[in-house]
Amino acid sequence: MIGAPDRPPGSRAPSARRVLLARAVSALGAAMLAGCDRLSRSEWLPPLLALGEKLSSAAQRGLAPGALAQEFSVAEISPLFRSNGTSDPDNPDYQAMVDNRFENWALEVDGLVEQPSRFSLSALRALPARTQITRHDCVEGWSAIAQWTGVPLAQVLAHVRPRADARYVVFHCADPMEPDGTGFYYESIDLEEAVHPQTLLAYEMNGERLPVAHGAPLRLRVERQLGYKHAKYLMRIELVASFAHIAGGRGGYWEDLGYQWHAGL
Amino acid sequence: MADSKALLRLPGRGEFIDRHSLIVRVTHWINVLCVTVLLMSGLHIFNAWPRLHWGQVSGSSADALFEIGSRRDADGRLAGFTRIFGHEFVTTGVLGVSADARGVMQGRAFPEWATLPGPYWLPMAREWHFFFAWLFVLNGLVYLLHTVCGHHLRRDLLPDRSDLAGLGRSFVDHLRLRHPTGTGALRYNPLQKLAYLVVIFMLLPLMTLAGWALSPWLDAVLPGWVNLLGGRQAARTLHFAMACLLCAFVLVHVFEVLASGVWNQLRSMLTGRYRLPGDDHDRRA
Repeated sequence: MIGAPDRPPGSRAPSARRVLLARAVSALGAAMLAGCDRLSRSEWLPPLLALGEKLSSAAQRGLAPGALAQEFSVAEISPLFRSNGTSDPDNPDYQAMVDNRFENWALEVDGLVEQPSRFSLSALRALPARTQITRHDCVEGWSAIAQWTGVPLAQVLAHVRPRADARYVVFHCADPMEPDGTGFYYESIDLEEAVHPQTLLAYEMNGERLPVAHGAPLRLRVERQLGYKHAKYLMRIELVASFAHIAGGRGGYWEDLGYQWHAGL
Repeated sequence: MADSKALLRLPGRGEFIDRHSLIVRVTHWINVLCVTVLLMSGLHIFNAWPRLHWGQVSGSSADALFEIGSRRDADGRLAGFTRIFGHEFVTTGVLGVSADARGVMQGRAFPEWATLPGPYWLPMAREWHFFFAWLFVLNGLVYLLHTVCGHHLRRDLLPDRSDLAGLGRSFVDHLRLRHPTGTGALRYNPLQKLAYLVVIFMLLPLMTLAGWALSPWLDAVLPGWVNLLGGRQAARTLHFAMACLLCAFVLVHVFEVLASGVWNQLRSMLTGRYRLPGDDHDRRA
């Protein structure tokens, strides 16, 4: 414990030597901890530590590039599925769309594509759908299982035809992350992950229209990565050669705050 | 055997022997560093979701096997609790509620002095954890290659018949804090061998495997393999439980080092040279 609690009256005073020793040990410990925290803020250590994540990312992507995430049975669906991050976007334009049941919502797909397009919800629903029951793992540590129905992102990409120089798919969302209504959530994945068969633009959760708390009307599912990659409240999909020019330049809202772009662990 | 020929004249008490090979010494200290960082950054990562569950998913707080949390008591003060299998304990000051660097009480599972980094900074804790996880695994592989392919395993770690026969006596000796002397100290004692084998071949591999099971990407490599550990949340619980067992091992290990001649033991793990201890009671090994 840091900071000794008050001694109850009448208790025996510890010997001076013991007090000195305890103080020395706790001072040494505090110095070491402060040292470690200073290391975390140093110029040289974080890039070195990041080697670990780079190795993990390379190993994971090399080991099983196209592997399918485990799928579950209806009986395994979680009764409780937390809504993390934004659960009701503080954005008047979005709230207006909620009010008219996303009738005039449309997904823009543009950037490095041959045929920039807009998809209404009914247009997306008209495309061949996929349903999967998967486990959602949050970076915080919790997990929940749900059934997702949506259109594989590969189909939307086939329609807009990415140009040869497109490398990443960026997802722009309707939920502002700053109190003043700016700093919209965004995420990105590479084209390989984008055409994975389980990568969905999901519009249904557990057989119902996607609830607002879980990203209505459309959210991303990238089943082999942690929850923050699964962008909610999708508005626009942009194909880019690099995401260095977008927001903090690290490919996502949480990535800009230090989280890893490859969220496989 | 070659070993017994080389030891035709057994060294006596007070003489120096070469106890630990260079590889064992180097990998031991790298491991100390790795385990320390992994434990403290792991406690930080645990703090982000301070509950343990069984199965694939994390249900409600009531379903948790283990939980550290905080709530306001009747006077409006923050009170920390720890609940294990439904039994709740007040742990204000250490678990659930503890002081930050400025002495302000805050709700957090493990206190700042036990976590790396101290204040909440999850992405940085993950960076520490994964870097040292790689170092731990690579260092462990070097040790295992040396141990299994060299003679460390057969000569020093695997118990022989006399070890098994002496297990009971070794147990009693440990309780009485009596340590082998003279030629008896040339080798690890039976309980020591058993403890090392369990840690090296069961505890650490299971902890590593359970850590891998937490990666959704690795789970996909062989769909369903995580079920063998009981599901992802069960793997998280196992990962934590193995870390607790490892802490228990380290406590006993450090205690035994202190109790059996700390300078001699430390020197042998630094330089390899170990002085065979004598004994006033002249106990025959």
